Amino acid sequence: MDSAYLLATLQSVVASSSPLVFAGIGETLTERSGVTNLSLDGTILLSAMAGFAVAYRTHSLVLGFAAGALVGAAIALIVAFGSIALRQDQVAVGFTLTLLCADLSAFIGLHYVHIPGPNVPHWAIPGLADIPVIGQVLFDQNIVVYGSYLVVLLAWFWLRFTQQGLRLRSVGERPEAAFSRGIPVNRLRYVYSALGGGLVGVAGASYSLCVKLGWSNNHTAGMGWIALAIVIFGSWSPLKVMLGAYLFGLLKALGSMMQPVYPNVPTQVFQSAPFALMLLALVLVGGGGAWIERLVPARLRPAVLAILGSAPPAGLGKRFEQV
Amino acid sequence: MRQSRLTKVLFGLAPFVLTIVFAILILIAAGANPFRALGSIVAGAFGNATKIGDIAVAMVPLTLCAAGMLVTFAAGLWNIGVEGQIVAGALMTTWVVRSVTAPAILLLPLSVRAGVVGGALLGVIIGALRTYGRVNEIFAGLGMNYVLTALTNYLIFGPWKPPDGATMSGTDPFVREAWMPTIGSSRACWPSIALAAVALVIVYYLLRDTHWGLRLKAVGRNPVAAMRLGINTRREMILALVVCGAMAGVAGSLQTTAVYHRLTPSISSGYGYLAQLVVLLSGLRAAAVPAIVFFFGAIQVGSPTLELRMQLDSSLGGILEASAVLFFILVRGWRQRLAAREERHG
Amino acid sequence: MKIELVGITKRYGELLANQDVTLTIAAGEVLGLLGENGAGKTTLMRVLSGYTRPERGEIRLDGAVRTFASPAEAIGVGVGMLHQDPMDVPQMSVLDNFCLGQETTFLRHRHAAAAKLAELGERFGFDLAPQATVGSLTVGERQQLELVRLLALGVSTIILDEPTTGISAPQKALLFRALRELAAEGLSVVFVSHKLDEVQALCDEVAVLRRGRLVGERKAPLDPEELVALMFDQELPPTARPPEVGGEVVLRTEELAVRDRRMALEGVSLALHAGEVLGLAGLEGSGQQLLMQALAGLVRPREGRILFGDVDLTGQPYAAFLRRGIALVPAARLEEGMIPGLSLREHMALCHPESRGMMIDWEAATRRTESQIAQFNIVGTPATRVEELSGGNQQRALLALLPDALKLLMLEHPTRGLDVSSSRWIWANLLERCAQGTVLVFTSTDLDELVQYSDHIIVFSGGKLSAPVDAATVTVQELGNLIGGRGL
Repeated sequence: MDSAYLLATLQSVVASSSPLVFAGIGETLTERSGVTNLSLDGTILLSAMAGFAVAYRTHSLVLGFAAGALVGAAIALIVAFGSIALRQDQVAVGFTLTLLCADLSAFIGLHYVHIPGPNVPHWAIPGLADIPVIGQVLFDQNIVVYGSYLVVLLAWFWLRFTQQGLRLRSVGERPEAAFSRGIPVNRLRYVYSALGGGLVGVAGASYSLCVKLGWSNNHTAGMGWIALAIVIFGSWSPLKVMLGAYLFGLLKALGSMMQPVYPNVPTQVFQSAPFALMLLALVLVGGGGAWIERLVPARLRPAVLAILGSAPPAGLGKRFEQV
Repeated sequence: MRQSRLTKVLFGLAPFVLTIVFAILILIAAGANPFRALGSIVAGAFGNATKIGDIAVAMVPLTLCAAGMLVTFAAGLWNIGVEGQIVAGALMTTWVVRSVTAPAILLLPLSVRAGVVGGALLGVIIGALRTYGRVNEIFAGLGMNYVLTALTNYLIFGPWKPPDGATMSGTDPFVREAWMPTIGSSRACWPSIALAAVALVIVYYLLRDTHWGLRLKAVGRNPVAAMRLGINTRREMILALVVCGAMAGVAGSLQTTAVYHRLTPSISSGYGYLAQLVVLLSGLRAAAVPAIVFFFGAIQVGSPTLELRMQLDSSLGGILEASAVLFFILVRGWRQRLAAREERHG
Repeated sequence: MKIELVGITKRYGELLANQDVTLTIAAGEVLGLLGENGAGKTTLMRVLSGYTRPERGEIRLDGAVRTFASPAEAIGVGVGMLHQDPMDVPQMSVLDNFCLGQETTFLRHRHAAAAKLAELGERFGFDLAPQATVGSLTVGERQQLELVRLLALGVSTIILDEPTTGISAPQKALLFRALRELAAEGLSVVFVSHKLDEVQALCDEVAVLRRGRLVGERKAPLDPEELVALMFDQELPPTARPPEVGGEVVLRTEELAVRDRRMALEGVSLALHAGEVLGLAGLEGSGQQLLMQALAGLVRPREGRILFGDVDLTGQPYAAFLRRGIALVPAARLEEGMIPGLSLREHMALCHPESRGMMIDWEAATRRTESQIAQFNIVGTPATRVEELSGGNQQRALLALLPDALKLLMLEHPTRGLDVSSSRWIWANLLERCAQGTVLVFTSTDLDELVQYSDHIIVFSGGKLSAPVDAATVTVQELGNLIGGRGL
């Protein structure tokens, strides 16, 4: 395998992982506020369809992405409204929306199946793209990929360096304490649900407009679930979530590289391999406590724990109501 | 709750009215005549006697999976893996049918048991991932669904490939001894219907009147306290997933022996996901399941007519089903909110 | 700022927590709010600090009527409250907690905040490491953090709800000094407590609540006898002490070592005799709970042995302990003890499966529940769901669910949050079991309860155990010293 091929592979991994980065960061923000939006798989489908349809009709990529973001935010707000105002199970609402949105995308998107449409043009960043190795992998992409870097950095910066980020964290960890300090818990939960949902919508639109061009039935199948798993794998931290997304993209690329090596194994097997790996990753992170105790020497345990994962926000999925 | 009878009726009807209104809006947006479209679903579902049989065919896997999921929901588990459990039952049945030669009277009961074993095995795996691997059962189940789909494809395109080449239509048809007997000329099979009905009745009494059912409810509502009270929560969770898997496995087995008479790549047809909606709409009550399953079954049979007659996608059926559940949940929340407010001010 | 509470009435369901309470808090004084558990002190202060709204009555600040929609609004006009369970975010750092809720600039000014924190800390002698995670601090340190945080927000009235529960003696001294200093500067301090000596040591004036009503106000010098009479409407009858110990050894530990994430116990050797009552004293989280969990089989010991008669139970599963008649009643009744959503009858069927078969005999379960309801004085029916019961009734129900014959019964805070009559009833019931030979082990933070009911008391401090103290001869003073870590 020569290095040019390797670089090209990495370049395509970064490109194809950008929707997962958007969706993962969006869901991270939502969950950091204490709301689980389980509808991701359906949301991504519907916003991919909506993004493509609007871009196709209006010949405007910007409007396409805006439509995707709007769809994503609206669905996330339904989840938030159902759980906060109506006190219903977030998982039930989210799961129902997953199926509903998938069917909606198939029904409304029927006339957009397999037609050529607009796509985001390639644009290498002058100067940066000429840096050896990194330039080709990271900066010889399109503007949506650059946007995904920006979103990660902003989310990381937001959580770490701003007052608003501090407020967000407190709402997700201990809403009562946040409330006692004048932070409008439920309002923030709505805001971050909408914001996170909007990013998930952008993820959907970037599938149909950048990564897997066009629209077909069940176009992005399974990516929403992967994004949800990546948030857990990345232990609710933007940088780790981004790494998780790239790791997943890399594994997927490896899968398709292996395919010619085993011509007898049907393609579907390789396509579902990443899901099995996702499961394995979650076992490593989730069962962490147990196997780390046994296998890792005491001295290294804190470091391993820090890398592998931390607990979810303590207030995740818990309702907050003022007495 | 001191809401008047009228309010209760209105709240009971609201989800269905909202569902119809939502569907009409969607259809108008898609540029179709909404009343013709909804009418063609009804016509497609009840047009003739064969269709009634087809509804029964669709009801069987839905009932079996919903019955199983009532058990897992009681234990507080969201068993998305039911879809994979259907597949596991189908795979195990196909394996038995392909490797055993026996008269129908022996082969058919054996095939059902194979389905039980297949689904239950997957229940053990999901349960172990949940309890020992500490992976949320939603992700454990989902991951296993994909794994099982991959395994099915591998078998159909690999070891179980028909002699004249593998296609997406699946394996060769089963031997006639492995075909469930049908009722008259319809596609419905009486053993399937009987098995589904028995499963639901068992679950009804299981959850109402047995010690195990009560223990499951305790685990589902408060696992910490249940453990303190001496319940082996891990064992009960795994058992719940096993029982659910057994029922879903029967559903998968019947999809091969009573419906397709072969193993197909998408043998579960999404019935596992659909059954989640059935259970949510039932409010976790076994008694409400038959009516909902009938409603869903009719939509499943009726909605393909949309493609034939109106060039619309059959996913309208799924939209009707899922939006009914969504509106049911939201309206329930709204009603509880009003009741709470009344209580506070009353 | 002068604060007046006028005619405050607050109801929680059946319970009238505050009934027409009128109270004035003057600037520059330390006001003690005295009353036993459940007298309505916390509710009244939650009303004043904006956590809850009263049904009737009003709050006047310097004569002007104010209503608070939230605690933040109360803080905005200078009223801040320190809760018994500190209202902070344990997962975040000290500095983050300090900054949270301060004025919102877009970017955070960590250095300025850290300097402010250090300055306030130094002033009161608090040693708060800004980067430490709050969850790893002691309750006393978390309280110090909350105090400086409120001061940084510029509050002029500080309410402290039972601030001395669970803090060490030096921390208490530090806290009292800080409060006096603040009062001298003109701040008002409301000190909520049920401990007479603390109120006496600290307060200029005392208001006494009893069953939701204000029953008296006294100025220093305070007469403890009089305050006791105000707090309790009846003379406390001397409770019959449990019978003297002389029974056989039920359970023994040899050099037991247990640990969980926060705490480690080493070399614990105990012998529990039939009919004995052993009280475990100490600040919460000093290892009492861990020891009980180990004795109940919930935590596996790392070293040593647990001997039940001749049987070695070390490392056996929890179920094996249960089978031998060892039970632990948790303090978190609805979180660890019972199952919200299930009825009393269902709990009974769960805990006492009368028939060995598959099916539940609902009639038998109903009969048994009814008889237990009568025997344990529970206000409820077999169909009542446990979360609908009051705290006292939940505690009775927990006792009613226990097997009849127990060898060892352990209880975490058996009377926490209960009124006097419930507490007395619970103890009468427990002592009855004791008389039949059950060993009782309980934790409490209430020294009076420990002295009154135990035969022996073991004091825990930071994972260290005192030698068993004879409860008949020990004084509250001596216990207090032990709990504060002196003499261990």
